[in-house]
Amino acid sequence: MISRRDFLQASVAASAIYGASGVGNWARLAAQQVLTQDQLLDFKKTGNVTLIHITDIHAQLKPVYFREPEVNLGMGDVSGLPPHVTGQDFLDLFGLTPGSPEAYALTYKDFSALAKGYGKMGGLDRCATVINSIRADRPDALLLDGGDTWQGSMTAQMTAGQDMVNVMNALKPDAMTFHWEFTLGSERVREIVDGLAFPGLGQNIFDKEWEEPTEDFKPYEFYERGGVKIAVIGQAFPYMPIANPGWMFPEYSFGIRDSHMQEMVNEVRGMGAELVVLLSHNGFDVDRKMATRVSGIDVILTGHTHDALPEPVMVGKTMLIASGSNGKFVTRLDLDVRDGMIMGFNHKLIPIFSDVIEPDADVAKLIDEQRAPFEDQLSEVLGTTDSELYRRGNFNGTWDDLICNALISERDADIALSPGFRWGPSLLPGDDITREDLFNCTGMSYPNAYRSEMTGETLKLILEDVADNLFNPDPYLQQGGDMVRVGGMGYHIDVSKKQGERLTNMTLLKTGEAIEPGKTYIVAGWASVAEGGADGPPIWDVVENHIKRQGTIQLEPNESVVVTGA
Amino acid sequence: MQLTRRDTLIMGAGVAAVTLLPLPSLAGAWEDAIAAFTEGGEIMDGGIELTAPEIAENGNTVPISVSAPGAVAIAVFAEGNPNPDVVEFQFGPLAGAQSGSTRCRLAGTQNLHAYAKMPDGSIGHTVVSVKVTIGGCGG
Repeated sequence: MISRRDFLQASVAASAIYGASGVGNWARLAAQQVLTQDQLLDFKKTGNVTLIHITDIHAQLKPVYFREPEVNLGMGDVSGLPPHVTGQDFLDLFGLTPGSPEAYALTYKDFSALAKGYGKMGGLDRCATVINSIRADRPDALLLDGGDTWQGSMTAQMTAGQDMVNVMNALKPDAMTFHWEFTLGSERVREIVDGLAFPGLGQNIFDKEWEEPTEDFKPYEFYERGGVKIAVIGQAFPYMPIANPGWMFPEYSFGIRDSHMQEMVNEVRGMGAELVVLLSHNGFDVDRKMATRVSGIDVILTGHTHDALPEPVMVGKTMLIASGSNGKFVTRLDLDVRDGMIMGFNHKLIPIFSDVIEPDADVAKLIDEQRAPFEDQLSEVLGTTDSELYRRGNFNGTWDDLICNALISERDADIALSPGFRWGPSLLPGDDITREDLFNCTGMSYPNAYRSEMTGETLKLILEDVADNLFNPDPYLQQGGDMVRVGGMGYHIDVSKKQGERLTNMTLLKTGEAIEPGKTYIVAGWASVAEGGADGPPIWDVVENHIKRQGTIQLEPNESVVVTGA
Repeated sequence: MQLTRRDTLIMGAGVAAVTLLPLPSLAGAWEDAIAAFTEGGEIMDGGIELTAPEIAENGNTVPISVSAPGAVAIAVFAEGNPNPDVVEFQFGPLAGAQSGSTRCRLAGTQNLHAYAKMPDGSIGHTVVSVKVTIGGCGG
């Protein structure tokens, strides 16, 4: 564990580089132990440019509980560096008090108890209030949406993202980039983007056949704000055709493409850009590496990995901002840009405490309109839970344990696999489980459950492949989400080993016997990226039946995965 | 006349079609294939750029491009393929640029080696690793 002082010197170094610039509002707020909207919005206006960043909303129009990860391992050079700091270490690093609102917003500790006190977070009507307040302070602030906006709820599922498009349009973003948007199909993405008043950016969206930048999405956009010429370059999620079904967007190739990124930076600088902002869906570690390989980017607004950091991280002269997910946070970043350089800044990760921040009436009404046609389905109670249900973390979360249990019992399988998605809000013990809650953790466009035979050897091959996509020490070789969730089978994993050597002790839980390479097992799962998907029922039907049969969900702590080497 | 990238790509593909010969190579003997190209020339790192995706979107058709200003020939070898020869580009004295693009099939995660033969017989070299993954489970 590095100390806070080391961290500040190594990565933020704010005062040294930027003089009297401001970070650390959070600790002061925590000390006061009271929350008001004025406090949450309190900000010392700085410089001549304001950036507002929101990302990975995952179609959460309404406030949610979202438990931050308990396990979020960093590999190689980034081991122990933010955002790979959780729980008490996170509180220590940023000087936060256990039990404070900030501890609740940013860590998993005592989550359910604190959630009952501090309430849900997010809600785009609350975000609208914050954005409007920033715009009142600086009318020409840029609002930038990092993507994963149109997927992740029942209403987004039923309207192919239209509910989110309608509400986001009311917030008036200045640009966005993409990831899960493309799982609506490329035709739908183009249809929506053609109708937006702002550009959808992606310098790494290439024409697959010709292997050159597509003309369907712009690489960057210029803005003149506070007398500063700003270029915003977009970076869509690089590994979409690998991590998600490539057949849904067959015209496009993605990739990191940092040499093309450097060309774009040079191009916008050549055109007079005084501030270069990268609106990225790379994921934090990929952005951190990119900042060392591409020169001339002033600010990277990171996304994809759902990290929320109360302070910027400096990589050389590039400032990395992490604004969380699910509408829990909005970042305000004020910059003093003079002579093509950042001379100072002020930053605040604004936590959207839904009971403290007044909803914007117009946006609240608009949200209700999107939900009204589906209200009966959304609100139907399927069961209740005695356990805290959450997903986020490198290994199994309880939501995924529930999904895996449903797959095993409803599909009569030995073993269940559920993808390591980072989206999916949480529920507290005693909560009803509504159909909306279920869709919040399953709603997407390739939901069908499969049931197939796999040998022990194949299972090991798959798990080793997924593990390498998460734990390879080179972030550019990390393509996916968190580790695939496994039900019915336990294993040991040494994350420090090479691909093929990480997993041992694979055990079939129902018999306690070792998984044999040559033996065949019945495996149930969902979210196949294969063309056409699977021919089973959608996962939400499988889980709904299971919840209704169980009535009340009770999950024992899952100790079937043993992690070493971190 | 200005050649667009598409035109050069088509030309590159034409070159590739001519030179993608099924050479009788011993399994795994990628060093032999390289020795046949380099003909004993002094090998130095650099002088050539090989662009390939960090992770292949589809291991069956991986786009790669090479560029080596001043080279008379460029060859690419896949060290983990049963047949390591990927492509050889030959450049005449009137060639406007010593670069080319093609697609190749990769049997699995492996290194791609690119060699550039210079007029004096010296050889430039670079190596790039390409990961081939099952995929799925994305974010």
